[in-house]
Amino acid sequence: MALVELRQIKKSFMLGKEEMEILHGIDFTVDKGEFVAMMGPSGSGKSTTMNILGCLDRPTSGTYILDGEDVGSLDGDTLAEIRNRKIGFVFQGFNLLPKTSAIENVELPLLYAGVPGKERHRRARAALEDMGLGNRLHHEPTQLSGGQQQRVAIARGIVNMAPILMTDEPTGNLDSKTSDEIMSLFRKLNEENGITIILVTHEPDVAAYAKRVVHFRDGMILSDELNGKGHRQ
Amino acid sequence: MISTVEICRTAGKALKRNKTRSMLTALGIIIGVAAVIAAFAVGAGANKSIDEQIASFGSNFIVVFPDRSAMSTTGIMRYLTYSDAQAIEREVSGIEAVAPMINTSGAVIYGNTNWSTSITGSTPSFSKVREWEIDRGRDISDSDVRQATKVAVIGSTIAEKLFQGEDPLGKSIRIKKVPFTVVGVFSSKGQSATGDDQDDFILVPLTSAQRRLVRYSTPGRIGNIFIKGVSMSALSYIQNETESLLRELHKIKPGEPDDFAVRNISQMLEARRKTTTIMSMLLGSIAFISLVVGGIGIMNIMLVSVTERTREIGIRMAVGAKVRDIRLQFLIEAVVLSMIGGTIGILLGIFAGYMLASFTSAPPIFTLGSILLAFVFSALVGIGFGYYPAWKASLLNPIDALKYE
Repeated sequence: MALVELRQIKKSFMLGKEEMEILHGIDFTVDKGEFVAMMGPSGSGKSTTMNILGCLDRPTSGTYILDGEDVGSLDGDTLAEIRNRKIGFVFQGFNLLPKTSAIENVELPLLYAGVPGKERHRRARAALEDMGLGNRLHHEPTQLSGGQQQRVAIARGIVNMAPILMTDEPTGNLDSKTSDEIMSLFRKLNEENGITIILVTHEPDVAAYAKRVVHFRDGMILSDELNGKGHRQ
Repeated sequence: MISTVEICRTAGKALKRNKTRSMLTALGIIIGVAAVIAAFAVGAGANKSIDEQIASFGSNFIVVFPDRSAMSTTGIMRYLTYSDAQAIEREVSGIEAVAPMINTSGAVIYGNTNWSTSITGSTPSFSKVREWEIDRGRDISDSDVRQATKVAVIGSTIAEKLFQGEDPLGKSIRIKKVPFTVVGVFSSKGQSATGDDQDDFILVPLTSAQRRLVRYSTPGRIGNIFIKGVSMSALSYIQNETESLLRELHKIKPGEPDDFAVRNISQMLEARRKTTTIMSMLLGSIAFISLVVGGIGIMNIMLVSVTERTREIGIRMAVGAKVRDIRLQFLIEAVVLSMIGGTIGILLGIFAGYMLASFTSAPPIFTLGSILLAFVFSALVGIGFGYYPAWKASLLNPIDALKYE
């Protein structure tokens, strides 16, 4: 069964007085355990699609079924709960809370899940140790390098045992060596932990880590193929 | 589901994390609250001191005294006389009592003790007009005045200083070397609002003062006349009637200036009260301006931090915070800041009130109303501007809050 299923998803924005449709009916499914890269030039609709997939934004029309549940009709608080339980995010700008230690940043999803303090601390520490940051628990974002900050963000994305990890240009602010490290981490999480990863990027080098690549152009899916193995299905 | 306790803890952490912003916000509230409380307290203190002055003078009375400036035009100095006072009491209606007075000062001796004090010669009306009570013995009587007996009623300070525990009643004292018998002691009134000891005086019959103590060359001459009206509203009528009566008695032709002046003491104090009220309103409005400026300060700091905080809200929402969690956190932050700022502001305001009042000699009065007003206003500003951006941000899609610049 598909973990994620988009049916005829459309999204419009008001640009001044004119309505502009930027997604023209996306049909797209992701199965459990996949590692999908969404590619395309800016304005192609890949990020908008991902925001809808991540329940951060709502489609104008169409159906979105996440893990068997139609999330199109759910209210903001229910979506917050779904994000909390099922989806981890890693953003391009890291989006860590400033002046807040790494471990407190990682604890954040557990905090809103209502996990008690001690348990929260233990799990956040374990996630950071997995990311190789066991000795950086109490550093604030400004005391960490870009790669370290992104690893804190990844730890935050996986700490809640969410089945899906979504990431938008995770290497956008990083040099190529650090990019490779981060992408290897994602691959490891996908292969060893079975986490489904959906990645947005415009860099082919980054997309090469994924098992499947979907190309977007002008608000539509142009192609959908398995990496190096030709067309999907 | 996150517990409220955890949200409070989160709010506390957020406040600590942004120490500078928290302190600046609280500072705005502190200054606003302190300024309003201090200004209102000083104003209320000044007003009360004038009220006390009015009360200590006795209410509803008018003073008539000779106007020396008239001498320069007529060349003759006219004085008020006992018969003027009697005529006023007889002819003018609406009067409760008329007290003709002679004021002098001098040494008073009992045994070996010597004390310098002020001496008033008057009639039994004096106690009515100036609202004095007899503590022991008796007041001077009409027959004392008629016969010019050498009796005296002494203020409690005199009783204390001159007699030092002895019973003064029936004792003979020498006022300006003239022997008088003490027949009564007044109850103590304590200090006046201006700090004078009101109990440091001696009352003797008017006629005795005229003959024995001042020895004016003009027969019947007195110092001034105190008139007590039946009510506050009768005073201006009494004032007009007294003026025309005295012009008649003093044979002043139309167009010539009065050789006396009639003053309504309550009106004079009322006028001073108005001045003080205007002053305290001025102070109050300056304080209110500082409250508003403090509010604008809070607003600025909050608006500046909105970008960072909107992103923070976006991050929190992305990882699972519900609208309620966000709003509660920011509301708690704003309330805590306002409470801390307000409390420090109240303490500082009370301190500043005493500092300011030390220049005016009237102790400040802190009313619950002004404290509440200042506290509530700044709390509302703090909560309003602290919470409003967060409330607005909590309505955004998480992605819009995340991308907010």
